[in-house]
Amino acid sequence: MSFEVPEDCRYLESHEWARPENGTVRVGISDFAQDELGDVVFVELPDEGDQIEREEAFGVVESIKAVSDIYAPVAGTVVEVNDALVNEPELVNEDPYGEGWMVAVEPEGDLEGLLSPAEYREQTE
Amino acid sequence: MSLRQSPLRSAHEATGADFTDFGGWEMPVDFDSIRTEHAAVRDSAGKFDVSHMGQVVVSGPDAAALTGRLTTNDVQELGPGEAQYAAITDESGVMLDDTVVYRLPDGWDGEYLFVPNAGHDGEMTDRWVGHRDRWGLEATVENRTEAYAMVAVQGPEARDLADRETEADLGSLGRFEVTATRVAGADALVARTGYTGEDGVEVVCEVEDAGAVWSAAGCRPCGLGARDTLRIEAGFLLSGQDFHPEEEPRTPYEAGIGFAVALETEFVGRDALAAVADDGPAELLVGLTLDERGVPRHGYPVESPDGERVGHVTSGTMSPTLGEPIGLAYLPRAYDEPGREVCVVVRDEPKKAHVTATPFLS
Repeated sequence: MSFEVPEDCRYLESHEWARPENGTVRVGISDFAQDELGDVVFVELPDEGDQIEREEAFGVVESIKAVSDIYAPVAGTVVEVNDALVNEPELVNEDPYGEGWMVAVEPEGDLEGLLSPAEYREQTE
Repeated sequence: MSLRQSPLRSAHEATGADFTDFGGWEMPVDFDSIRTEHAAVRDSAGKFDVSHMGQVVVSGPDAAALTGRLTTNDVQELGPGEAQYAAITDESGVMLDDTVVYRLPDGWDGEYLFVPNAGHDGEMTDRWVGHRDRWGLEATVENRTEAYAMVAVQGPEARDLADRETEADLGSLGRFEVTATRVAGADALVARTGYTGEDGVEVVCEVEDAGAVWSAAGCRPCGLGARDTLRIEAGFLLSGQDFHPEEEPRTPYEAGIGFAVALETEFVGRDALAAVADDGPAELLVGLTLDERGVPRHGYPVESPDGERVGHVTSGTMSPTLGEPIGLAYLPRAYDEPGREVCVVVRDEPKKAHVTATPFLS
């Protein structure tokens, strides 16, 4: 089975994606990650204004079968949180790179050091 | 150590199953999604490969005496073609495993079959053989786990579905009854048992017939993930999680299966359990429902509303049927009162919960 790995994102080995957008970075978990987790039932996210640290856990995603930390691909300040996930956590399964995004971050530093789409694709094959 | 594999392993792989290690077996955790599979069993029917469950056949003049002295229920009361749920306890009454004991019908090889949990078959066979020798009983004990496959078909439509593939009249097969028949052209045992809280059957056949039996069950394949959510909703125990001889040593009374203890019979652990039976256990496995967002998981602490630790969660999930987070926890007996407020500590944060009667689904 092949998983979607959009070209406009960079990735963490722990399966989070980061997409630069007008000075902020949008963050979520990959298609591979949502498939591994199975039915997502609950997402715990930081508040707007919180500071998150690169490669440190900033939230939790729970599926029926497992609970997993979500790691930050970039350090920075959370400027937007996807509140739709409160009532519709299944968006993470249905549209992991779109409606299932988790936070937008005003980054400190750049996306250097994250995996390219090709590198991430290789990791999940 | 390499994992044991079901005879249906390649069939599952071809269907796109995800696998997990369960009791030393590599078994499908889901085929599509746990939610879809769970719903199929509640609404219509689903099939499970449960070949990882142990299969131990006990025969000979003392087969009933031996099995009766090693299980908590009354084996002597089983007629041919009847089955019962039981615990297997040590001298102190602590559960080593839970099992279903079948008294086999005529036409099937052997007299009694009991089904230990995944990975317990070797240990339980040794236990039967050791006690047989110590007690000087005449019985043969054979671990047939590798020789038999087991398929569970569960759900409101399961029995009708199975009826079409068997020569037996399953309509007249009562709960916890078992018959020897043919399924999809193969010799098989069909028992009206299962672990989902739904009606259904479990089919035991030789491993070479597993593929035919599996294909003949024309319903959605389901994995261990759905089996786990279904059994929690039904309030059934998961061996190794809701009880474990070292990590969670519990008596059948604490685990809420006192109905499977026949104190009028002689069995290992009987005296210890008789002593508990009079006063009742100090702690009981109770159902919990979370009132706040979160999911109770194995090992999470349970506190009283004023923050005193009173117990811990042994199993928990988001109930696919109820859409609520539910769990099982050992708590002091005083808490066994539906509606009683407690807190489940989810990642250091106490979340409001209340005691709920089990089964969660009536």
